[in-house]
Amino acid sequence: MLITCPYCGPRDVIEFTYQGDGNRERPQPASQNLDAWNAYVYDRLNPAGDHNEIWQHSGGCRAHLKVVRNTLTHDISSVAFARGDHKAAARHKAEGKA
Amino acid sequence: MSPRRTDAGGRIDRLRTIRFTFDGAPYTGHAGDTLASALLANGVTLFGRSFKYHRPRGVLTSGVEEPNALVTVLRGEVREPNIAATMVEIYDGLTVVSQNRFPSLSWDVSAVNQLGGKLLSAGFYYKTFMGPAIGPLKSTRFWMFCEHFIRRAAGLGRAGTAPDTARYERMNAFCDVLVVGSGPAGLMAARAAADQGARVILSELEPHFGGSANWSGETIDGMPGADWAARAAGQLEGYDNVRLLPRTTVWGYYDGNTLAALERVTDHKERPGKGEPRHRYWTIRAKSVVLATGSFERPLVFPGNDRPGVMLAHAAERYANEYGVLPGNRIAIFTNNDSAYRSALALKNAGAAIVAIVDVRPELSSEMRELADEAEAKILAGHAVVATEGGKALSGIKVQRFDMVNGALAGDPRSIQADCLLMSGGWSPTIHLASQAGAKAEWNAARQAFLPPKPTQQWIGAGAFTGSFSTAEAIAEGRAAGLSAAGGTGAPTALPVVEAAPGDPDPAPVFEIKADGKSFVDFQHDVTAEDVRLAHREGFVSVEHLKRYTTLGMATDQGKNSNIPGLAIMAEALGKPIPEVGTTRFRPPFSAVSIGSLAAERFGDLRPERLTPMHDWHVANGATMYSAGLWYRPMIYGHPGETIEQAYVREARATRESAGIVDVSTLGKIAVQGPDAAEFLDRVYTNMFSTLAVGKARYGLMLREDGLAFDDGTTWRLGDQDFLMTTTTANAGKVMQHLEYFLDVIWPELKVHVTSVTDEWAGAAIGGPKARAILAACITGTAVDNATLPFMGIVHGKISGVPVMICRLSFSGEMAFEVYSGAGYGTHVWEALIEAGKPFGLVTYGLEALGTMRIEKGHVTGAEIDGRTTARDLHLDWMLSKKKPFIGSAMMDREGLIAPGRLELVGLISLDNQPLNGGAHIVEALDEANPHDSIGHITACCYSPALGKYIALALVKDGKARRGTRAHISDPLRNRFGPVEIVSNHFFDPDGSRMHG
Repeated sequence: MLITCPYCGPRDVIEFTYQGDGNRERPQPASQNLDAWNAYVYDRLNPAGDHNEIWQHSGGCRAHLKVVRNTLTHDISSVAFARGDHKAAARHKAEGKA
Repeated sequence: MSPRRTDAGGRIDRLRTIRFTFDGAPYTGHAGDTLASALLANGVTLFGRSFKYHRPRGVLTSGVEEPNALVTVLRGEVREPNIAATMVEIYDGLTVVSQNRFPSLSWDVSAVNQLGGKLLSAGFYYKTFMGPAIGPLKSTRFWMFCEHFIRRAAGLGRAGTAPDTARYERMNAFCDVLVVGSGPAGLMAARAAADQGARVILSELEPHFGGSANWSGETIDGMPGADWAARAAGQLEGYDNVRLLPRTTVWGYYDGNTLAALERVTDHKERPGKGEPRHRYWTIRAKSVVLATGSFERPLVFPGNDRPGVMLAHAAERYANEYGVLPGNRIAIFTNNDSAYRSALALKNAGAAIVAIVDVRPELSSEMRELADEAEAKILAGHAVVATEGGKALSGIKVQRFDMVNGALAGDPRSIQADCLLMSGGWSPTIHLASQAGAKAEWNAARQAFLPPKPTQQWIGAGAFTGSFSTAEAIAEGRAAGLSAAGGTGAPTALPVVEAAPGDPDPAPVFEIKADGKSFVDFQHDVTAEDVRLAHREGFVSVEHLKRYTTLGMATDQGKNSNIPGLAIMAEALGKPIPEVGTTRFRPPFSAVSIGSLAAERFGDLRPERLTPMHDWHVANGATMYSAGLWYRPMIYGHPGETIEQAYVREARATRESAGIVDVSTLGKIAVQGPDAAEFLDRVYTNMFSTLAVGKARYGLMLREDGLAFDDGTTWRLGDQDFLMTTTTANAGKVMQHLEYFLDVIWPELKVHVTSVTDEWAGAAIGGPKARAILAACITGTAVDNATLPFMGIVHGKISGVPVMICRLSFSGEMAFEVYSGAGYGTHVWEALIEAGKPFGLVTYGLEALGTMRIEKGHVTGAEIDGRTTARDLHLDWMLSKKKPFIGSAMMDREGLIAPGRLELVGLISLDNQPLNGGAHIVEALDEANPHDSIGHITACCYSPALGKYIALALVKDGKARRGTRAHISDPLRNRFGPVEIVSNHFFDPDGSRMHG
């Protein structure tokens, strides 16, 4: 399986660490809604098909990526920074190079 | 010359004699022989004993699919079992033994199993040995008792116990086109792709390129096929963009067009060349793959089809044409298709007499009749073989009239004398890799075979793999596939011209001849046609159940010979067409893979090591090093004659009496910096860090999201926006990822940067009543008195000219200081501290003494923060801030985490003055007749020099409430039972007066 890191390009899955279901929503830190916390900590989707996942490029730039992966075929249809902050990330990269 | 060796022909070098042994007897062969061809040339017919019935077995095939002739190859003390004799290239000194026989191959006591044939059917052992419903050997106990004997009687080769000293290698390769298989199709594909400029890898599991061209006897481009193949391979060698991999089996097709291959580099050599590994494990990423893997000939299922001397037709043809070996002198042929006629002619031309061609089909083409005439063979059309005769070799066959439409036999059986019977049940394309790649195979009624599915990954098929069984088709498809895989179109040029025997590729739909006697479907697992029908009668009709119940296709050959016949028999029993019964999906590996190759370079010398800056000093000064994860740390600095316990007790005692120094460079260190660093730490730790003054440190505890304890350590505030976090050695990586995840995914708005600086700092912890005096003796630029450097304070100064950062904190419970310097100066500062400590009796201490002092103090480590304990369980609830939310705060108070009955941290004192053992269980009372449940277990233990007792930390149910009571340890594994007292985990100096000074 290859994941195309937006920073580093296509890399083997061995460089990445799976960091869980990308559909989880963390409640507000002070929230006392135990159901919401329970859903966040324990409930996981297990679709046969496209799945939103978080992967960290731990053997590379260490960015967290939002990856849409088909669990049946391992086809990856999209990869984005989990921060959702593409422009800032790209700018950061350009500055780093200059 | 051997009795069965022809005078000329084949690829072997008759001038080079090679000597080897089989079951201790010496044999000779020629360069180019396999073990199978060499033994056949010597007249050997008996190669092994079968799995269940211990029936004598010969060699069935000439290649990777061999189910019968499995042997054990010995190299020194190392034994490798279950190797197909057809895949072993002989070399001088090769030592091979047969398998599954006692006391010898030709006289085997378990062969009596054959007499009980009706009994030993599918599921026999489980049905018979399940045991009575009551009593001491009820149900599975009886099975477990019998299993030992059953396993010994059934089976294959025996694994060795000597360590494998061979070296294995891994390779990663990338290419535009990977061509799997080097028959005419593969050679053409590789050439066509290479001519387009593509980077090509051509893999061939056999030693020589060419596949069927090496033995088909066909003429290609006006020359013998073998010469054409050798020329084509030779030309490919001249290409810079082509890599040729002989003896390389592509065994796995994974997603992303990633393929796994095993190259057998030196198995065929007497000894490996310098630097050569035994096997090389290739991971190949190919933009496109050409599957030119050919096909397997299928056996026919009829009584006695497993007798030594019964062989696949093409295999015999190959032995004759490629190795110059005749598997028999009087050869009969049994077939349901045209391909066997070419085999007949080849064997006739090599010098054998073809006594009969038994064909299930009543009508034969004139071309086949002409081929038979040329082979001087009598055709028995509309006949079938119904029995074979002989013991350890074939002596004859019986044939009867056969009606292909209803399978009925008629007329009297007729005997024919023969010492070899060749069978051909049609051909199955080798679609394993395509099936692994994802899609379902499709049944083709004309070919009576599963053809490759539509590609779900980037591959193109060519040749027999696609069901195109003629060489001319293979050549055309191969070139087209190579061009297409390389993305080229190429001007149409003339294809090599093939002169081949005629033949219809479609067999008659006959798989089994039903007559009395055992008809084998799976030779290797001794599964008969009757076993398949039994499975049907007992309701195991799904193809997956059939496979598991009868073990059909589950032997090391993975059903390469038995899959289709087995399916056909089940389909007939069900009254359904074969495609409705379905087939199982092929899984990697295609053929057996050495475990050594899978583990290559992941163990031994190439395992990474992490060494602290002071590592060499420790080794030079008598430390016994201990591997902790990837780190190496001093365990003890033992004196001559000391036991480990004596050494650590001396080190710990000296530290508490004067001073000790320990290397703490392995602690995880993370720089947490930025305007929001303090806020971030407040969210990450259970306690407050925003209130921490610059120049001070604080002990912190982290929880996981689910509220359980995660890690602890001190964090130092070096500046307003600059923190240095320390973590436990084992959790350094996990904590770093934890922090990064929250900063990147959950709280991207926080302006914080985290950097791992573990390797940037060298750390030495110096503690004990004399520690401050030692430090004062060597530090410049700062005072270290109570006012300047209070407990948890930080100062900067220099030791021996090198800048250091010192924090006064304590793990040992003594007044102690952690001295950090740049990693490059670690040894320099360490030596300066040692020198300064000499007048004060400073000792170096290792992990054992460190552990001892932490147990005396009741501090927790990974043994207690084990992923199941909460902060409360560890009596760290004082660290849970109520003023702010933090990671885990919402979940930590869940019902089950605060309920009574949880395991809580306690101390234990051994009351019989005997050592305690880590992992031992704790019970309320020892009562053999009425054993008590465990109430907890020991997490860490030592001899405490401070208390003069054996003590331990333990997690005990409701432990806090049990303080002051007695319990017992129960450790049957190590036969250690004894009374203990449950006490507070703070054994020593509970109010901390020593470290506060």
